[in-house]
Amino acid sequence: MLTLVAISVDGLVYAAWLFLVAVGLTLILGVMRVLNVAHGGFYSFGAYTAAWGIGIYFDRGWPAAGSFFVLAAAAIAVGLMLGLLIERGLLRWMYDRDEVIIALVTYAVFLILEDAVLLVWGVDPYFAYQPSTLLGNTDIATLPFPNYDLALIALALIVGGILWWVLTFTHRGKILLAVIHDREMSVFLGINVPRVFTVTFVIGAMLGALGGAVTAPIISVTPGIGVEVIVLAFAVVVIGGMGSIAGAAIGSLLVGLAHAAAVHLLPQIELFVIYAVMSLVLALRPRGLFSQAQMRRI
Amino acid sequence: MKRDRTMACIAVVLIALAVGAPLVPSWVVFIGIISLAKGLVVLGLLVLWRTGLVSFGQSLYYALGAYAVGLAYRHTGLTDAFVAVALAAAVAGVVAFVLGFLLAGYRDLFFAMLSLAFAMILYGVLVKSETLGSTDGFAIPVPTFAGFKPGGADAQGNQIMLFVFTAICTFAACYVAQRYLASTAGHLTTAIRDNEIRVEYLGYSVKRAIHTKYVLAAMFAGIGGALVSMSVGHIDPEMAYWTTAGEFVFVAILSGPASVAAPFVGSILFELTRSYAMEYTPHTWHLVLGAALLIVIMFLPNGLWSLFRKSARAT
Amino acid sequence: MAILDVKGLCKSFGSLVAASDINVSVDSHEVVGIIGANGAGKTTFVNLVTGYLKPTRGSIQFDGRNITRMPPRAIIRAGISRSFQVPQVFGSASIFDNVLIALGIAHDGQFPVWRPLRRADLVSAADQILDRFGIAAHRDDRASQVSQGVRKLMDIAMATVHRPRLLLLDEPTSGVSVEQKFALMDVIMAALRAENITVLFVEHDMDIVARYATRVLAFYDGTIIADGVPQDVIEDPQVRRYIIGEQLRLKAEP
Repeated sequence: MLTLVAISVDGLVYAAWLFLVAVGLTLILGVMRVLNVAHGGFYSFGAYTAAWGIGIYFDRGWPAAGSFFVLAAAAIAVGLMLGLLIERGLLRWMYDRDEVIIALVTYAVFLILEDAVLLVWGVDPYFAYQPSTLLGNTDIATLPFPNYDLALIALALIVGGILWWVLTFTHRGKILLAVIHDREMSVFLGINVPRVFTVTFVIGAMLGALGGAVTAPIISVTPGIGVEVIVLAFAVVVIGGMGSIAGAAIGSLLVGLAHAAAVHLLPQIELFVIYAVMSLVLALRPRGLFSQAQMRRI
Repeated sequence: MKRDRTMACIAVVLIALAVGAPLVPSWVVFIGIISLAKGLVVLGLLVLWRTGLVSFGQSLYYALGAYAVGLAYRHTGLTDAFVAVALAAAVAGVVAFVLGFLLAGYRDLFFAMLSLAFAMILYGVLVKSETLGSTDGFAIPVPTFAGFKPGGADAQGNQIMLFVFTAICTFAACYVAQRYLASTAGHLTTAIRDNEIRVEYLGYSVKRAIHTKYVLAAMFAGIGGALVSMSVGHIDPEMAYWTTAGEFVFVAILSGPASVAAPFVGSILFELTRSYAMEYTPHTWHLVLGAALLIVIMFLPNGLWSLFRKSARAT
Repeated sequence: MAILDVKGLCKSFGSLVAASDINVSVDSHEVVGIIGANGAGKTTFVNLVTGYLKPTRGSIQFDGRNITRMPPRAIIRAGISRSFQVPQVFGSASIFDNVLIALGIAHDGQFPVWRPLRRADLVSAADQILDRFGIAAHRDDRASQVSQGVRKLMDIAMATVHRPRLLLLDEPTSGVSVEQKFALMDVIMAALRAENITVLFVEHDMDIVARYATRVLAFYDGTIIADGVPQDVIEDPQVRRYIIGEQLRLKAEP
């Protein structure tokens, strides 16, 4: 029974984290049809900026409660700066090229960002544990869980909820959906597609950076965290179906629970359980859980 | 129809390199072996890329080839390079044959991610395996060549022997690839990429065509892995990690799909660039590679190969 | 014996009924025109017969052989072929290469991995086919860059490479300019007559149907509402109502 509780809660926490990390990626993929490998770089930069910011914040002895705003601020700042720089400065010249080439461009950007992290922050690990201890613990069925982890679940729900609400009920959201479905048609309808692209990319970057920022307090922030994360994010996006936020949510849930189950029951497969889940989903639904209808060819 | 001189050129270059090998420092020979061996993996990617598929999991077969050789040594004391390479190709081929049934039904990102998934599953298994040395891997000895063992402690002699062997394997692989690409099946690469429905309606199974290419690419990758492991003398799970697979894709795109020689040119340039970058800018060599990739993408849309052949069409 | 025998063919996509109890029997050497408004089920019929779609009910026999569940590639190898409303070609290859690849698949068996594609016998056969269809002048042009008419001819040429005994043409003259339609059909029919092929062609232009077809099938709403010689079908009241249209009669002249 205890194991069940542990698996459920750990699974939800891991799912929340995966969702936060992957949702920006699926948004960019869905709207722009761009496989943004640099997403791992947004994550790294978000984590490092947050850790560095937390360090300064507590050195100045400011009130602990405000440290969460540092995390949010780091995400927004990184997303805005890097997102604008990359989209306006590089990607927008590439949209007429083959999708594989665009993906390679983002891969090149990822490589550059990985080393940029080293240049700015060096090779030593950063620790920014303070926010994670501020909230204390809660006992669920006599097992202690850090409230910070539980707050991640709440954050994932909030982010997912906001995105869903924006896409479904607002005018801007409908414009995004239009571009997701048919870029060319959207142009003919008078939608400013280049601006949609820029906005989407920046939001995706902010979400990626947010994933890194909220993770910083619970890990040691070292070079290479982006590399580990990018593959997990892609797996979730593929499971959920490209461009589907709901798919990313359900995919994260599936992987999160499977991962937690593996950790508690079958540790030998912990490292690759996400790929096993992905293979299984793809075997049953070749284009992911939620995919767009394909037009009839002949 | 002008005669295709590709194979002759490849032969000439390889012979020149082999002849020059004893005259250059051993690290150059070492880079030569690694470049050619990795070039083999990229050759397989070229066949798949022409078909419109990017495999992000060739590291699976690269590692399988290496571990097959390593395990054969551990359990049977095998050191013969010929047998090792044949074994690696066979193991990779069988695994690819099985996985191919599933993979041949996927395209685009899904093909890439599924192929990556299998590589990462192997990685996970290898890392968790204590008997295989976990993340440390294990060492394998210098290879012998049909019983002939080059002067024991003479590291230079061993490497040169291995380089000649690698050059021969490279030539053989290029010949096979060239013939394959010139055949009907070889033309069912760009044809499939252009119009799968048409291929089916001409009477050929697209799935079977892709399955065959996947097995071929896997065998090349397995041979590459075996050669690298024999040269380095060490095998570890990192060979299966997705960044290794990413590197192969990187070189494939860099080289372009125009010729069977292109992967090797690209591979040599990549290894040299990486060596110098790591030597002189150890903390920023990723940055250098990333910048180089961007430059090639922006100014050489047909890959590095188009520097050699202005008329190179991106088929 | 009928070369094509379709019995009780039905196809639904969820609640959309694309084909409803289609029965038709075609004898060798007939030239059958298939007419009907858009969405009547003509292309669905072609897709069903050639294996691209599987029927919900019914059977299709080709030369006595049950081909209902076979995939397109098997049906092609059995002796049926088709062309497409929108020509399905290998866009990045030349016209010549498109036909050459078709020949290679037809001649090189199940694992064509070693014999070169560009060999004398296939090359001359390809040139002959291009000549027969009148597109030899475009031999080295890229398929994606030639005119629609040339692409259509090549699409049909590729369909004949296998020496099919039954050929279904899906709107062979659509997208081709009015003055070229007859020229195109003349070329196609001459080339096909040389091969002794049974032809079914989907067509919207009634003049073309009247000129080339020996028999006409009229589709409406997923069923065949008329089946006979062109003159009878074109006069049929239901066909006039649903497909061809009536001619407006002005008030009687004084």
